[in-house]
Amino acid sequence: MSDKKALTFSIMDGPFEQARIVTVLRMIDIAAKRGYKISVFAYEGAVSLPFAKQAQHPNAVHGNDLAEENHPLAKDWIAALMKTARDNGGELDWINCGLCVDERGMGDAIDGVRRGTPGDLWSCASESDNTLIVGTR
Amino acid sequence: MSDYLLIQSQDPFESSATLRDYELATDLASAGNKVTLFLVQNGTLAGRQGANNAALSALSAKGVDVLADDFSLRERGISEESLADGVKATSLETAFDQFAAGTKTIWL
Repeated sequence: MSDKKALTFSIMDGPFEQARIVTVLRMIDIAAKRGYKISVFAYEGAVSLPFAKQAQHPNAVHGNDLAEENHPLAKDWIAALMKTARDNGGELDWINCGLCVDERGMGDAIDGVRRGTPGDLWSCASESDNTLIVGTR
Repeated sequence: MSDYLLIQSQDPFESSATLRDYELATDLASAGNKVTLFLVQNGTLAGRQGANNAALSALSAKGVDVLADDFSLRERGISEESLADGVKATSLETAFDQFAAGTKTIWL
């Protein structure tokens, strides 16, 4: 292994539902700022996190137009984390479980996301300094 | 003996399984392991003074280091001063450092 840490995260919660994802992304943000090699294996609902067709919307209840509402999107957070990792000499390899993607029709992901299998999680974990599995509840 | 980082995102008022998680922390510490319980999200609610948190308070007496994510505390309007004895506010970076150092990390 190189002198840079390699860390793997496995997540299964979808966007806009659970605070767990925000916490995990905060951890990934720390790793990205340190230039670590980060692998994320997303399965079940988590394959929706980098879905490219997520869109902001206005909020008539709050009286906000699109710009005022400025609704955060998980795909943008992930793209920003990938950039942060690159800017700091690291890497964020985001792997979406292919079967989970097909089940949900989530094939249209942002750049930098690749399809994989649970075997990739095994490979990433084997090559990492540590792995965190975050299940849903 | 090993180092363990247990990340607790639920509170005992919404999930009784949380009490079993506290027992896991106690058992690991009693077996001679170094154990940190990191409270995050609603897990921090159990760390307030006056909460029905005897099980959580007992953890520090058993040698478990109980930490609470300061970001989650701020989100919920919980001041550091209002935390129960034995619960210490800290940043997520503290937990991350343990994880990055190879501590066995379990998201409960």
